[in-house]
Amino acid sequence: MSETAEHTGHHIDVKQFHPRAQAAIHNPKIRKNFRSAMDGLMSKRKTAFEGWDLETLRDLGANVRLRALANLPDLLEQLEEKLTENGIKVHWAVDADEACRIVRDICKARDAKTVIKGKSMVSEEMELNHYLEEQGIEALESDLGEYIVQLADETPSHIIMPAIHKNTGEISQLLHDKTGTDLSNDVEYLTASARQQLREKFMNADVGVSGVNFAVAETGTLCLVENEGNGRMTTTVPPCHIAVTGIEKVVPSMEDVSALLALLTRSATGQHITTYFNMISGPRKAEELDGPEEVHLVLVDNGRSAIYQDDELLDTLRCIRCGACMNHCPVYTRVGGHAYGTTYPGPIGKILMPHLIGLDEGRHLPSASSLCGACGEVCPVKIPIPDLLVRLRQESVDGDKLHPAKVRGHGAKRSSMEAMIWKGWAWMHASAGIYRFGTGAASKFRALQPSKAGAWTDYRTAPKLAAKTLHQRMKERGQ
Amino acid sequence: MSSRETILQRLRNRTGGELTVPECDFSVLVRDDWSTKERIERFEKMIESVHGEVHHCTEDMWMDRLAELLNTRGARNLLIPKQHEIGQALRDAGRDDLPELLIYDEPIESWQGHLFNEVDASITSTRGGIAETGSLILWPNDDEPRLMSLVPPVHIAVLKASELYTTFHEAMKAQNWAAGMPTNALLISGPSKTADIEQTLAYGVHGPKELIVLMIE
Amino acid sequence: MVDPIKVYPSKPAKVYFYGTCLVDMFYPDAGIAGVELLEREGIEVLFPQDQTCCGQPAYTSGYHDQARSVAKAQLDLFPGDWPIVVPSGSCGGMMRKHYPDLFKDTPDEVKAAEVAGRVWELTDFLLNVCHIKLEDLGEPTTVAMHTSCSARREMGVAEVGPKLLGQLKNVNLVEQIRPEECCGFGGTFAVRHPEISGAMVSEKVETLVDTGAKEFVTTDCGCLMNIAGYAEKNHKPVSGQHILSFLWARTQGKGGQQS
Ligand code: SF4
Repeated sequence: MSETAEHTGHHIDVKQFHPRAQAAIHNPKIRKNFRSAMDGLMSKRKTAFEGWDLETLRDLGANVRLRALANLPDLLEQLEEKLTENGIKVHWAVDADEACRIVRDICKARDAKTVIKGKSMVSEEMELNHYLEEQGIEALESDLGEYIVQLADETPSHIIMPAIHKNTGEISQLLHDKTGTDLSNDVEYLTASARQQLREKFMNADVGVSGVNFAVAETGTLCLVENEGNGRMTTTVPPCHIAVTGIEKVVPSMEDVSALLALLTRSATGQHITTYFNMISGPRKAEELDGPEEVHLVLVDNGRSAIYQDDELLDTLRCIRCGACMNHCPVYTRVGGHAYGTTYPGPIGKILMPHLIGLDEGRHLPSASSLCGACGEVCPVKIPIPDLLVRLRQESVDGDKLHPAKVRGHGAKRSSMEAMIWKGWAWMHASAGIYRFGTGAASKFRALQPSKAGAWTDYRTAPKLAAKTLHQRMKERGQ
Repeated sequence: MSSRETILQRLRNRTGGELTVPECDFSVLVRDDWSTKERIERFEKMIESVHGEVHHCTEDMWMDRLAELLNTRGARNLLIPKQHEIGQALRDAGRDDLPELLIYDEPIESWQGHLFNEVDASITSTRGGIAETGSLILWPNDDEPRLMSLVPPVHIAVLKASELYTTFHEAMKAQNWAAGMPTNALLISGPSKTADIEQTLAYGVHGPKELIVLMIE
Repeated sequence: MVDPIKVYPSKPAKVYFYGTCLVDMFYPDAGIAGVELLEREGIEVLFPQDQTCCGQPAYTSGYHDQARSVAKAQLDLFPGDWPIVVPSGSCGGMMRKHYPDLFKDTPDEVKAAEVAGRVWELTDFLLNVCHIKLEDLGEPTTVAMHTSCSARREMGVAEVGPKLLGQLKNVNLVEQIRPEECCGFGGTFAVRHPEISGAMVSEKVETLVDTGAKEFVTTDCGCLMNIAGYAEKNHKPVSGQHILSFLWARTQGKGGQQS
C-alpha cells in the first residue's frame, strides 16, 4: 500500500477513479447489479428497524463508540491483559507490512503451508493473501463471496457483500472454469459445490485467519458476526487461529457490544441478527475436544493513530463497517465498488482511505460526492460523513489558513489555476458593489450567454439568465 | 521502541488533548414488558423467518418428536452430549426408533473426517434463547464441543421456554457475562446461510442446512 | 444532522429575505413569489441590497478562506433581530449549519452563530411560522416534488413541501420512486464528475416521468437547473419550477403557469 511496502499486491492506481467510474456507468450490467442490490438492501434496512427508536439507538451507538475511543489506550492495555490471561497472544503492528510479517512469523513457526481465511477487511487492507503467497503459503478465502472474488482474481466490491458485482451466470462460469463445477443457474447447487470444496480445505488448513467485529476489553473476548459459518470453521477447525483487527475495534464491555450488534446487522443487511455471533475468549482448554490450540490477535494501527490525533477526523474511527453508507450512496450505486480502486469503497472509503494511502494518492476520493448526506443519515454511529468529506476537500487543497491541513499528502490537489479562480470568485462576491455590477451586466447582455458551459451542457441545457436580477427587481419595488 | 509502545504513546500523547467521555444510556435496548407468551411467539416468528423450525414439546414427549424428525430425514445417526441430561436420557431410553447415537468424547483430530462426512445430525442443549432476534445461546464445552452445532447438516437444539430472554442485552446481564466468558460462546439464529450469489438465499453453505428447536414448555 | 428540536419563533412583523445567487441571476421569479407570499401573510420583507452569495460553492470545494471572506460580507446584512428566510435548503443549510463551523475561532464566531440561529428555509417558515392557508385557484393538475438533499437532511423540511401542496385542492401530488435520492447536482460535483452526475440526474428524470406528472416542483434552484435542464436537453416530457413560484401562481388564479 505504501511506497515502502515489501510486497507488491494488486496495486490499483487510485487516481484512475474517473476512467473506471466512467466505464462502470456505461456498463448496463454493473448498473443493474448494483441498483437492484442496493434497492433491496435499503428497503430491508428500513423494515429491520421498525419498532425501534432508531434515533435514540443511533445516539447510543455513537456514544458507545465515542466512549471507547476516549479511553482507547487504556482499553487496548486492558484488552491485552485480559486476552493474555485467557491464553490469547497479542501482537501490535504499526502498519500493514508489520502486520503481514507477524502473521507470516506465526505461520512459519508452525511450519504452516495453508491458511484458510474468514472475512476480514483489515486483511484486505494488508493485502495479506498476496503477501502470504509470496512467502510460499497458500491463503484461501472461505466466505463464499470472498472465495468467488479470489477465484476471479479480483478484490471485493462491497465490504459486506464482496461479489455483489457478479450475477449468477458469471459466478457459475467462474466456478466451472476454476473448479470444474457443472454450469448451473441453481444457486443452491453452486453453494453446495463450494461447501464441498471448502470443507476439505478447512480440514487440512494449518492456520485460520479471521477479522474481528468487536474486541471486548473487560472479558477479553473477540466477537465475530457472520451468516455462513465459515467464520466459525476458520476459528475452530485449524489448530491455530490468528485474528487481525484495527486498534479502534476495542470496546469496554459486552453491554457495549449488545448496542452495536443491534445496529450493525440491521444497518448492514437488514437482518435483526446474523446467523452466528461468535464470541471467542481463549484457545482450547486441556479438557476440551476441539478448538484451536493457539489463538493470536494482531492489533493493527496502519494510520489509525494519526486519525486519532484530530477531534474532527477522529469520528472516522467510530465506524463499525456495516456498509450502510455505501448501500445508500447514489454515487456508489452508479459506479460500483471497483471504481474506487480502494480497499474500502463508497462513503466510508472516501473518508478513511485518504488516511491509509495519503491524501496525495487519494485526492480524487473526497470530491466524488454530491454531499447529499444519505450516508450520514443512515450511519448507525452517526459519523458526519459529509462534513468529513468537506474537511478532506479543504485538506486536499490546503484551503484554510485558520485551520491548517494535517492529513498526510495534504495540498496535493491544489492547483494555482483553481486557487486563482476561487480568489477571483471571492473578490467578486465579497463586495456587494462589484457583485451587483457583474450580475447586472450579465443579465443585460444575456443574449451573449453561451449555450454551452463545459461538462454541464453535455447532459443538460444551460440555465438561462433572467432579464433582471432579483436585486434589480427588488430595487424597483423599493426594497 | 516496540510497536506496542509506539502505538500506545501516539494515542496517549494525542495532539487534540483529552477526549470527553460521553454518557451511555442503554435504556433504549430494554424491553421489559413482554410476557412469556409474547416471548415464545416472537422467538418462533423470528427464527422461522430465517428458515429455522420450532417444535413445541413437553418433558414427556420431546423424544418422540425427535425420533419422528430424524426418521423423516432418514438420519443414520445422531451426535449427542455424553453427560448432559439430554444425552443421558437418550441413551437410557434405549429406543429402537432412534438412529445410532454417537458421542463426541475424543479430540477432534482423531475423528475429524468421520465428523465432517458421516454424521447426519446432532442435538445440543442451550443456555436459553433471545426472543427479540430469535437466537439460541450456546456455550460449548467438553461435553458439547464447538463443532457439534456446526458440522452436521442438521442441528437440533433443546430450549426451555422458561429460559427465553427478551433481548440480548437482558440475557447477557441476567447471566452476568461480564464476570467471565467461556473459551467460545455463541448466538445461533437459524441455519447457516449465504446471499453472496446475487442476493439469493441458500442454506447450509458451511454449517447446518437445518436448525430445529425443540422448545420444552 | 438536523437540529434535534426546531423551535419555531412566533410570527414576526418583518423578515430579512436572503435571495441566494442562483435565484438572483436565474430564477428571480421564484424570489419574487416568495416575497409576495410573505407579504400576503402580512410580513414586511427587508431585502438587503448588499447580499451576494452564502459562500457555499467555495466552502464545499475546500476553499474555506474564500468562503469565509464572502460569508463574512453577509454577516453584517441582518442588524435587526428578524428571522432570515431563504428560498433554498442548500443556502439555508450553509448559513444555519455551516456558518458556526466556518467562523469558529474567529472574531466573528458569536455573530455567525447568532445569524445562523435566525435562518429559516422559506417554505418551512411559511408553513410552521406563518401557518399559511393556501386557497387553490388553479385548474386540476398533477405534480411531483423533489425535495433537495439539503432541504431534507440539513434543514429537516422534507414534510413541508408535500403539506403545502396538500393544501391545494386541485393539485394531485404523486411520488416518484426513491424520492429521497439525490438528483446529482451537488454544486461543483456536477462539473467535476459530470458522468456520475449525469447518471444520477437521468435516473431522477426517469422516475419523475414515470409518475405521469408533466411537471415537478422543488425547493432548490440547483436541483431545478439540473433536473429541468436534463429533461429539456433530452426531450423528456417533464418540466419544473420552484415550489414558491408554483404556490404563488396557484393562489393567484394564474393556473400554475410560471409568469
Ligand atoms: S461509516 Fe457508518 S454507515 Fe459507513 S460503514 Fe461505517 S458505520 Fe457503517
